Amino acid sequence: MQKKLIQSLKRRTIQAVVVGASAGGVDAMLKLFHRLPMRYPIPIVALLHMQNLRESKLAELFQHHLSLPVKEAEDKEEIAPGTLYFAPPGYHLSIEHNLQFSLSCEAPLHFSRPAIDILMESAADAYEAALLGILLTGANQDGAAGLQAVKQAGGLSVVQDPDEAEIDYMPRAAISLQKPDLILRLADIEQLLITLGERHVH
Amino acid sequence: MQQKPGHPPEQPHAHMSTLDIELRLLAEAIYLRYNYDFRDYTGSSQKRRVVQAVRAFDCKSVSELQARILHDADLFMQLLQFLTIPVSEMFRDPGYYASLREEVLPILRTYPSLKIWVAGCSTGEEVYSLAILLREEGLLERTIIYATDINPVSLDKARKGVFPLSRMQLYTKNYQEAGGRQAFSDYYTAAYNAALFDRSLCENVTFADHSLATDSVFSETHLISCRNVLIYFNRKLQDRALGLFHESLCHRGFLGLGSKESIDFSDYSQHFEAVQKRERIFRKLG
Repeated sequence: MQKKLIQSLKRRTIQAVVVGASAGGVDAMLKLFHRLPMRYPIPIVALLHMQNLRESKLAELFQHHLSLPVKEAEDKEEIAPGTLYFAPPGYHLSIEHNLQFSLSCEAPLHFSRPAIDILMESAADAYEAALLGILLTGANQDGAAGLQAVKQAGGLSVVQDPDEAEIDYMPRAAISLQKPDLILRLADIEQLLITLGERHVH
Repeated sequence: MQQKPGHPPEQPHAHMSTLDIELRLLAEAIYLRYNYDFRDYTGSSQKRRVVQAVRAFDCKSVSELQARILHDADLFMQLLQFLTIPVSEMFRDPGYYASLREEVLPILRTYPSLKIWVAGCSTGEEVYSLAILLREEGLLERTIIYATDINPVSLDKARKGVFPLSRMQLYTKNYQEAGGRQAFSDYYTAAYNAALFDRSLCENVTFADHSLATDSVFSETHLISCRNVLIYFNRKLQDRALGLFHESLCHRGFLGLGSKESIDFSDYSQHFEAVQKRERIFRKLG
């Protein structure tokens, strides 16, 4: 496992991580980010589908459990390294070419706003090969096309092992659309993030 | 445009994809031919909408779409329906309207007459919401509302004041959460699948074609409500719009934005103070 991981990171510089999940995603992301250090060198942008929430407390909830700084992404905010951003509820979140966030009220996609596809497709446009896309547990096909865009732009695509995922629909939808670079258990995705952080030179 | 990782700055355009080039040329063509300025709109969202239009009009590329709209004004008007986002609801974010009622209108009622500008009014849901609020506070008769948008099709819908009956359940809930004082159904007549809003709400409303990207200001306004419009602009255009608002507002006038919009990244952040930070209501500093 470890060897395959290291292999897949060879000659890669990852500048940003995008992570998507729906049902079961809070627990999965807490596990995934739990051991990341305060000065983690790479920005992480997370999108969790939350039903009918005008005011999301996700950033607060995660900040309570994590050492790295957590905040809700703001419109036209510059993406800073070492920050975990959450997409605000009710708006699509995109990443622009100039590496700023933008929000939008376009129609929901896969019944979701924010939608993982929109975040991942825009991030793939902005970061190209320097992007790591991760799709976790969920009961919705959102994210499959987004992760495909990550891979097609040369980025690294990772899907949580469906056998381990709380709800396997989202990972399976992604895998059946396009085989991702890696299918890993949460603990291994966590190790991947930690390894990336340690290798990141700046 | 900021450079992407690993690309030398001396080749600023080496990295543009063909699609990016086409999108920029399309915006230029639209501006030169029709004077609608989308050149400083947020890129990712414009891209998604143009790509949708390319599919809907059965074009092979953005370049083909560009060639067609240059020669066909009717088709451009159809494209405009893709480029603008008519997503609105009445009393959207009820807390915003509750704050206007509790914190802004008590100050505005000290003026003998009021001017309110709803910038980017889309199909009018916010205009009717504000008019209802003003009527309940006894201020509608002495208020002039300018309701502006760049999309003439949206403005026509706004003028008619007819909304789908299926939306009334949500709007009623919003209205109640916003502190509404009557039965919401008092304000409309249900007919078939439509809700026709009381015409008298609009007696002092002027619907007008206006662009925050190319036009200038309405003078001496007391309140400007511009919700979920600035998110479609890049920082440069956001600054232009906020500059217009600053110029338009009277001394200590109020500005209301969308629930996730901010002035923090703008040149004008020091020219306004937050009245209600959570609801994004600001006041021009003296």
